[in-house]
Amino acid sequence: MATSSQNTPATSSSISLSSRLANPLGRPKLVTNALLYFFVIGAGILFGLPFLWAIGSSLKPITEIFKFPPTMWPIEPRWANYADVFTIAPFLRFIYNTLYITAFAMLGQILSASAVAYGFSRFRFPGRNMLFFVVLSTMMLPWQVTIVPTFLLFRFLGWINTYFPLILPFFFGGGAFYIFLLRQFFMTIPKDLDEAAKIDGASSVRIFWNILLPLAKPALATVAIFSFIEHWNEFIAPLIFLNSTEKFTVSIGLRHFTASAFESDEPREAILMAASLITALPVLILFFAAQKYFVQGIVTTGLKG
Amino acid sequence: MQAVIKPHRGWLGSSLARREAIEGYLWIAPWIIGFLIFSLGPIIASGYLSFTQYKIGGTPEWIGLENYRQAFFVDKLMWPSLMRTIYYSVATVAFGVALSLVTAILLNQEIKARPFFRALYYLPSLTPIVALAILWRWLLQPKVGLVNFMLYQINIPGPGWLTDRNWAIPALVLIALWSTIGGGRMIIFLAGLQGVPKELYESAEIDGANTLQKFFRITLPMISPVILFNLILGIIGSFSVFSIAYIATEGGPNYATWFYMLHLYYNAFSYFQMGYASALAWIFFILIFILSFIQIKLSSRWVYYEFS
Repeated sequence: MATSSQNTPATSSSISLSSRLANPLGRPKLVTNALLYFFVIGAGILFGLPFLWAIGSSLKPITEIFKFPPTMWPIEPRWANYADVFTIAPFLRFIYNTLYITAFAMLGQILSASAVAYGFSRFRFPGRNMLFFVVLSTMMLPWQVTIVPTFLLFRFLGWINTYFPLILPFFFGGGAFYIFLLRQFFMTIPKDLDEAAKIDGASSVRIFWNILLPLAKPALATVAIFSFIEHWNEFIAPLIFLNSTEKFTVSIGLRHFTASAFESDEPREAILMAASLITALPVLILFFAAQKYFVQGIVTTGLKG
Repeated sequence: MQAVIKPHRGWLGSSLARREAIEGYLWIAPWIIGFLIFSLGPIIASGYLSFTQYKIGGTPEWIGLENYRQAFFVDKLMWPSLMRTIYYSVATVAFGVALSLVTAILLNQEIKARPFFRALYYLPSLTPIVALAILWRWLLQPKVGLVNFMLYQINIPGPGWLTDRNWAIPALVLIALWSTIGGGRMIIFLAGLQGVPKELYESAEIDGANTLQKFFRITLPMISPVILFNLILGIIGSFSVFSIAYIATEGGPNYATWFYMLHLYYNAFSYFQMGYASALAWIFFILIFILSFIQIKLSSRWVYYEFS
């Protein structure tokens, strides 16, 4: 990449002209390549730079927060900002709460989405296509349309400020996105396998549990990863359903902490940034560890949806 | 298409088929129950509540169309909040979809370290929304933020961004673009681009087509269904904008980012006007429905389906 962009300025005009004349079908390779890398790397900088800024800023001591000109990397990095995150707010508690909710919601989502996907992919019943169309259309239903009655329902059940509203709904279908993803995957598994098991007298529960689920591990991994991120990052549901600090998740805890931090006398931006990075870390690690499942998941659901 | 055996008369009469159908319904039962309780039920319930006055703790009192009259003719915040939402939506969808397509095209070229760049572009979309707000509030800080500092380097006086009434929405659009361009939408475009048969380009090249012609005559028509998909989801998503404005600006400064969803949220969960909030929800629901319907109708003029 470095060589092509160095070579270009000197030779670009002559090459583009001559190659066009010599070969009207081809493109002036060097110029397009240099331009291509210019944009690819430029976009990379635009997407990446804010992350570097976030890391640098999270280490700024109070004296450097409002310094002008701003520094990308603090002169005296203050690592204690990260320790302060846990003393200023009950952040460890928030992390524990979020993990708890995420674990159960994920379990519900994986179990029920795969069961429903199994039903849609392996059984014939009247109205199947119509019902599946309804599954897909719920993907387009904005949460705001249902939030008021849902809130009233949970309030009636006495579940406000408990984790039920954040976990229980995911045991009922688990979300259209995941049902769709798993159904697509089940359809690629040959039916002969379960036909053979059926002849041997296996029940549908056994076929599901012992044949299909083990074969669907990659798809289940995709679902698990998306589900983890969805619940770890969830903001609106905990905002609406939780109201005491000790029950907060990381995102609303962080938001609560932001709102109060700006009322304190000391500038706490750096500590907030450190807290933000701690919040984002599990998701980023998961992403790098399991990249291929991401792309797979988005591609199967995006294309056919 | 999949149902090779057509359900003919008496299909359910066969005991095997009936058993299969019952088992099928049992497997999808969790979804059916969830759909009734958490989707269909609430849609109907909010439809009913929208015709009532209902403050939490009291009982719903039927007031007919009063909430809708309030929303359309009395509530001074409703129309401006809708207009702001449309402004935000048009900007984020137009730039967002176009730039996602551009980045997908960049990544679809033969470049070195493609997985690295794809991951880098995708990263912002994973940032939790609160972290996103904290990060960008600092980046866009008028005096010591990175963005204005860079503008200052090239002698452009940067605006107050989130603190300036006229710049608050552009600032939120900027944040939305950064965090969504390289996300799922780009990956979907990338998959669409990779699905275009290579032979089409080859035969076009033989006919002497240049790069632009190939793009407009082959690439765009071939991925037009993907564009439609991204447009519809993009519009629904951007019309529902809530979290970023709630965290980064709390609707301010001076209502400059008071979007429709903030209006609904505050009516429901700060003023506890559940009836009125339900009316706002239904107006939104119908608006989204009409917009999606229009897009699908209009799409027959520009979306190309290979198999139709």
